[in-house]
Amino acid sequence: MTTQPLAQPKKKKTVWHTIAAQKELIIMSVPLLLYKILFSYVPVVGWTMAFQNYKPAVRSFWKQEWVGFDNFVKLFVGLNGERFLRDLRNTLGQSFLTIVLGYIGSISLALLLNEVKNIKFKKVVQNITYMPHFLSWVIVAGLVSTMLAIPTSGGIINDVLIRLGLIKEPIMFLSEPKYFWWIVACSNLWKEMGWNTIIYLAAMTAIDPTLYEAAVIDGANRYQKMWHITLPGIKSTIVVLLIMNVGHILEAGFEIQYFLGNGLVVEMAEIIDIFVLRYGIQMGNYSLATAAGIFKTVVSIILISMANFIAGRLGEEKLV
Amino acid sequence: MSEKNRKKVDIENIVFTTLNTIYLIFLCVVMVYPMVNTLAVSFNDPLDTVRGGIYIWPRKFTLYNYYVVFNMDSIYKAFYISVTKTIVIVITNLFFTSMLAYTISRKEYIFRRFITVVFVLTMYFNAGLIPNYLLIKNLGMINTFRVYWIPHIVSAFNLIVMRTYIRTIPESLIESAKIDGAREFRIYWQIVLPLIIPCLATIALFVAVGSWNSWFDTFLYNSGKQELSTLQYELQKLLASTMTAGTRGAPAGVTEAGRAGTGSSNVTTPQSLRAAITIFTAVPILLVYPFLQRYFIHGLAIGSVKE
Repeated sequence: MTTQPLAQPKKKKTVWHTIAAQKELIIMSVPLLLYKILFSYVPVVGWTMAFQNYKPAVRSFWKQEWVGFDNFVKLFVGLNGERFLRDLRNTLGQSFLTIVLGYIGSISLALLLNEVKNIKFKKVVQNITYMPHFLSWVIVAGLVSTMLAIPTSGGIINDVLIRLGLIKEPIMFLSEPKYFWWIVACSNLWKEMGWNTIIYLAAMTAIDPTLYEAAVIDGANRYQKMWHITLPGIKSTIVVLLIMNVGHILEAGFEIQYFLGNGLVVEMAEIIDIFVLRYGIQMGNYSLATAAGIFKTVVSIILISMANFIAGRLGEEKLV
Repeated sequence: MSEKNRKKVDIENIVFTTLNTIYLIFLCVVMVYPMVNTLAVSFNDPLDTVRGGIYIWPRKFTLYNYYVVFNMDSIYKAFYISVTKTIVIVITNLFFTSMLAYTISRKEYIFRRFITVVFVLTMYFNAGLIPNYLLIKNLGMINTFRVYWIPHIVSAFNLIVMRTYIRTIPESLIESAKIDGAREFRIYWQIVLPLIIPCLATIALFVAVGSWNSWFDTFLYNSGKQELSTLQYELQKLLASTMTAGTRGAPAGVTEAGRAGTGSSNVTTPQSLRAAITIFTAVPILLVYPFLQRYFIHGLAIGSVKE
């Protein structure tokens, strides 16, 4: 009978041993990993379409004609180019207005809510202003179009303006291009203003209360406290969100423009995402639409990386 | 502080508080008025509504609009699809996301980093509409029910939130289960899952709201099949038909759409019908809203924990 050695010579732990030991974890996770790769990474192969004259009905996937950067050139010159540049302008304009109005709206609301001493009233206001965030864009677009309609169709805005004597005839808000950017920005404001205060209110709770006490002793009034203590206290939050929003400036939404846009305002309403939809899905010009999509993704990635870099430089936590 | 100064500060405070309260009340009115108005219109007699002047209360009360809505075959089916789709998404998304979150919460797991990176990257880039559409098309999922849930079984953001939450569970708990011979799936199912219920509840509510409110997937993938239409999609179709009337400046009149599904001699207008369907579509959201708001702070708290 041989005695077992007390200490086995230590086996070298190889990757294969680890994998064998963790096979249950692998079975639980790797299928989901493959699933994600299929749904989020495999479509990137489709980017090749942007460098081809892609005609799925005529030729097979492997026999497409390569055209280099032709489609990207087409995005910026000629008739398509005019339309694309217009849509790019609309995307940037609508995003910009949405960001600016959104900031003014939610920061001021957060500041004012912070001044409310009656907790119950504050809670009620918060719960009411958060609510539109949970309504779908379909519903919001319906509400917006009703509110902007002529008075007999429920258009409260025209109704009020007429009663105040500011206008004589109802304004056809949704048929005039010049209002469209504002309508998009205000719809976003209405929907998200309350919800976006959450992050500022959270930042405000982190401000040291002794700062306020010291300010009172120094004779600061309410506005001075808001301006010199509360606002600087949430400055880093504001900066981070601003940078992040600029990074996503090409994401102007889709649904609100699609629902409220119509032939009369298309000049100001159409954004890049709708361009992609119209050319790609509706006209079947996959190549040009994909090129537009790539342009958008690449610019977004550059902007986000820049935003991330700037945030890091400013001493803020990296966003990505 | 002198008596005079104190008085000045008092008056300033009163003025500020009053103006602030007035502004906040005004804001609340702006936030709720559109829905209240829609509610009033939905309960008002359709022909009376066309005359205008309905604000927050119906003038000629009727349930007729809802009667029409509940008798529309398309709305019935769309409601059924919306509910089924939401339930399926919530169950599959929570199950798969939490299972994956469990595996990547285990520090010794060899693929932990790789999986995390693969998922996190998808939060920042997207292949784009056309490549995604072609993928779905090539997978044969156009005009099927599965296109509603299969692309959503794991979401990167929720994955990170859940992983962060699971990490708060003491490791010794998992270790002792292992010593007792429990397999990984059993540890996940019997130990981890019951402990993360608050986190699951929060995410479930947000996933449910997102799914209920989604319109784009129906539009892009399933618009060719009426049986797979959702409530949001049906509401949007109605909106589009009344919008074109509205932009020409004419009040939305009585149309054939209003007679849909009823043999009654009564009529309803697209405007009233739209109001009733809007309320019908928003009610589930408003019903879960009290639960949602209870989790706002909690949900945000778990979402904000970073590494």
